[in-house]
Amino acid sequence: MNLTFTDSQQAFREEARTWLEANVPEEKLQSFDTEEGFQQHREWEGKLNEGRWGMVTWPEELGGRGCDLIEWLIFEEEYYRAGAPLRVNQNGIFLLGPTLMEYGTEAQKARFLPKMATGEEIWCQGWSEPNAGSDMAAIRSRAERDGDHYVINGQKTWSTRAVWADWCFGMFRTDPESERHRGLTFILVPLDTPGVTVRPIPQLDGLPGFAEIFFDDVRVPVDCCLGGEGEGWSVAMATAGFERGLLLRSPARFQETARRLVELYRGSRELADRDPAVKAAVMQAWMDAEAYGLTTYQTACRMMAGGKIGAEASTNKIFWSELDQSMHATAMSLLGARAELLPHAPDAGDVGGWLDGWLFSQSGPIYAGTNEIQRNIIAERMLGMPR
Amino acid sequence: MDFNFTQDQLLFRDSARDFLRGEITPERVRALWESGHDESLWGQLTELGLVGITVPEEHGGLGMSEVDFVLLAEECGYVALPAPLVHTALVAAPALVDIGGELAASWLPRIAGGEARVAVGTGPAQPLLVEDADRAQLILLERAGALHALDPADLTLRRNDSMDGSRRLFTVEGADEGADEGAAVADAPAIAAALNRGGLGCAAQALGLAQRMLDLAVAYTAERKQFGKPVGSFQAVKHHMANVAVKLEYARAPVYRASWSLAKDHPDAARHVSHAKLAACEAAALAAKNCIQAHGAMGYTWEVDLHLYMKKAWALAGAWGDTGFHKQRISNALFEDDAPLGAGATF
Repeated sequence: MNLTFTDSQQAFREEARTWLEANVPEEKLQSFDTEEGFQQHREWEGKLNEGRWGMVTWPEELGGRGCDLIEWLIFEEEYYRAGAPLRVNQNGIFLLGPTLMEYGTEAQKARFLPKMATGEEIWCQGWSEPNAGSDMAAIRSRAERDGDHYVINGQKTWSTRAVWADWCFGMFRTDPESERHRGLTFILVPLDTPGVTVRPIPQLDGLPGFAEIFFDDVRVPVDCCLGGEGEGWSVAMATAGFERGLLLRSPARFQETARRLVELYRGSRELADRDPAVKAAVMQAWMDAEAYGLTTYQTACRMMAGGKIGAEASTNKIFWSELDQSMHATAMSLLGARAELLPHAPDAGDVGGWLDGWLFSQSGPIYAGTNEIQRNIIAERMLGMPR
Repeated sequence: MDFNFTQDQLLFRDSARDFLRGEITPERVRALWESGHDESLWGQLTELGLVGITVPEEHGGLGMSEVDFVLLAEECGYVALPAPLVHTALVAAPALVDIGGELAASWLPRIAGGEARVAVGTGPAQPLLVEDADRAQLILLERAGALHALDPADLTLRRNDSMDGSRRLFTVEGADEGADEGAAVADAPAIAAALNRGGLGCAAQALGLAQRMLDLAVAYTAERKQFGKPVGSFQAVKHHMANVAVKLEYARAPVYRASWSLAKDHPDAARHVSHAKLAACEAAALAAKNCIQAHGAMGYTWEVDLHLYMKKAWALAGAWGDTGFHKQRISNALFEDDAPLGAGATF
């Protein structure tokens, strides 16, 4: 055990910090759930890519830096520390990208990865359906083979950033006789194909952060199938694995929220201490964010030494989502009467960001497998409790 | 950056685990609660080198650090070891190493050889309860900001029974007369280090205790049937257990980090220990709460083994700095001393 960074890790941190300080936009971008903000974030992805900071975990020949997990965590710390924009193409870069590298043909990699890297093609996911939420194996959207095309019919929902995205990846039933996990195929669909209808759904903040996608006789070439026909479930499981989770929800984000919360409390202690529970909650937030950081580094080190991770990965999603919710609840409590003010309200000052975070934190325990499903996974697969 | 234990550390843990889980059965724990005689157990622990694990090699020990021992302390918790191994290896021997000189040279070899025991009494608690003072030949006691080396024969020890039958707690009287100038052997830094090591020992044991309670409840709910099904198949019971698993999963790394910080004299070691103890004791408290619930009325009995582990977990929460003490240290670090915060401030 040696909990200090090596010289090369420190140098990497310095390099990232220097580039970010010089390049992160001074003015905060608009929300990527607006058309203009989406475009701003797409341009930011291009800029990151030019500096070779877009996909640091990708191999060098694909424009990445071949970073290991520790370097990734360091990069994320610097990224959040710098207040850099959220990643509009995160579903592409962190979920589909690694899956393409693992399951894609050479032609697919050459076709999709470069444009993903530049932000030219932004990706959304198509998993959930109106009757396939927590029970994802209940997917009914069909893809029927017709010569060298699939003909897709059905409906996907809760597709985050689908409103302005260019492509969708998801699972469709290619074997009409099949049930549950069998007969599903992982297919990449251009959203400008005739027959695709995207209906925006306003989220809690009123912006169309996700959408329903309707497919009416949508024809997609068979070379848009990723992995084998009927192999969709195992390809999708790889997409949802822990390493991807680590790429998406590294601790830096929550540690920055904890820092802002401590500073918010420090700045208004006298008022805050009228409610003794607030101080305790602030301390707990800091400890939990720190524990999340420590545990993530520990897990990353274990994986780099050849270790595997199984169902215990489900503890991760529960921990960060409930931490995020409780940190924002504490902030709302600290802000008192100002908490309800929207960011653009003239007297909101800098409190508006907390409201955005509070609203967004409500989604954490729901998306990417509800926390109830995660608890079932922990009980059955990690602890071996009876089904 | 390497958060992994070495292969040697893991192998050492594994062999200690095999011994402890094989020998320290719930029946033996119960017998020791009754008899209070741990001499033969102490002999076994000495033979395995565990008693002298942190005693430097030149004094006949294995010269291991807090990082080496933390996994063993966790195993001691798992079996609710009814003997003061954690106290001896993590608090007493390192305190003597800190003191050095004659005292260390004369007592450390005897600790490693199993011929003598040393008890340490320090910390903010009132009354100050000294663990296993009656079996010690030397007591290192905090008095007026200094650590005094006292002969138990000169003192009056008063036993205070704990709900955990293996914890032998004593208040010490007569120390003020015996504590003349010459008896003071160490001052503030050694006292603080002893308290932090004691806190780490509680935290590591709490991890093991939480795991044991969880294992007992998972096993029980797989067997116990109601409505024609194992009660462990009900989602309400599963979620109780899953919540314990989550808390425990995120308490481990803070404990291991604290062990490293103590071994390396990290400037923030005290804060790291406080975080570790709070997180681990909270995980153990939730384990106790949810696991007694999962056992139903059986969990409320003396007959079912759960209480052996539950009571030690409850007891350790207040030992070597209670919750208020450790939360105050976190509070001071965060709100008074401007501890480094945010992304990138962890290490």
